[in-house]
Amino acid sequence: MISNDMAWYMIIISAVLINNIILIRFLALCSFFGVSNKLETSIGMGMAVIFVIVIAGAASWLLWHYLLLPLKLEYLRTAAFILVIAGLVQFLEMYMRKAMPALYHAMGIYLPLITTNCAVLAVALLVIDYNLGFINTLIYSVSVPVGYTLSIILFAGVRERIDIAPIPKFLKGYPIIFITASIMSMAFLGFSHLFGL
Amino acid sequence: MNRWQVFINGIIKENPVLVLLIGLCPTLATSGSANDGFGMGIAATFVLIASNILISAVRKWTPDQIRIPIFIIIISTFVTIVDYTMHAADPVLYANLGVFVPLIVVNCIILGRAEAFAYKNDVLSSTLDGIGMGLGFTLTITVLGAIREIIGNGTVTILNYELINLGEGFMPALVFIMPPGAFLVMGLLIAANRLLIRKRG
Repeated sequence: MISNDMAWYMIIISAVLINNIILIRFLALCSFFGVSNKLETSIGMGMAVIFVIVIAGAASWLLWHYLLLPLKLEYLRTAAFILVIAGLVQFLEMYMRKAMPALYHAMGIYLPLITTNCAVLAVALLVIDYNLGFINTLIYSVSVPVGYTLSIILFAGVRERIDIAPIPKFLKGYPIIFITASIMSMAFLGFSHLFGL
Repeated sequence: MNRWQVFINGIIKENPVLVLLIGLCPTLATSGSANDGFGMGIAATFVLIASNILISAVRKWTPDQIRIPIFIIIISTFVTIVDYTMHAADPVLYANLGVFVPLIVVNCIILGRAEAFAYKNDVLSSTLDGIGMGLGFTLTITVLGAIREIIGNGTVTILNYELINLGEGFMPALVFIMPPGAFLVMGLLIAANRLLIRKRG
């Protein structure tokens, strides 16, 4: 797994390929299956997820190390993180609508969806579990959503082809999509133990 | 809809995982063995029933505009209880489930039932809805775990009881207890549930 004394490029390779958040760690599956039907929406969603996870990861790291640990409030971790993330996303959405309308139109509609995206809370919890320092937290919380974006874009491409392929009737719709994801996951499994990780 | 229908609804016809396709992350991630899946199912069911009861009990005093933050606080309280209880009672299971125990708080099934059912119905119906949906979830995740475990490891073990053991001669297909197996078995289970619903009309 990931630890604080790993080199930065190892953290990136591990988070993007070896422990790919969707295909290997099974996080953020709802949005993965929900919006991957078009390439365009997948890219928008990917960008929004990168944006939110970096901010949420940094905010919860600061919250944990400067508020919860000194005050011995470790048991409030889950509640505090989810509230901070939800509040932050809401706030960002309002700010973006006012200050950056172009960016808001590109990815604003995905922001509320992301609050309940388990990847965001998972990254916030994992950087604490892995005992990462602040710089490594930032590196990790950029690379995890990059892995998300990579697999959602690849998957959207495959799904556009599935739509026009002949498929047995009982597998139409979600079953065939899960089976496709299984084959993609097998491909990503090929990265395991790369560089001894 | 009578109370029995509310209860039975969650298992086949409105099965949260197989039909509504929510709560996928814990289902796929913790179904590497029947025991892990069962533990996850019970933990989520406890949170679901408890939060359904509390949300339904306070629904008359909950202001409409801030209901979602209130739901989240109620849910995360119960998740923290489960987190600490499981850590003390079954450290092995807790280590296997890992980050997915605190992640019950963002399980769409729980917030979804709070919003769609508990906020609009009385306490008794909400309890039954919680039990039914929780059972549907637990059953799905345990069956998924059992299928993966039997093909990938040749055994099925729940709570230290070994239910099935195919013995030494069995050659397990390891891929089924690895991530690809979860997606594959899940896809086939969705197809099977569809056939079941169609047959019953």
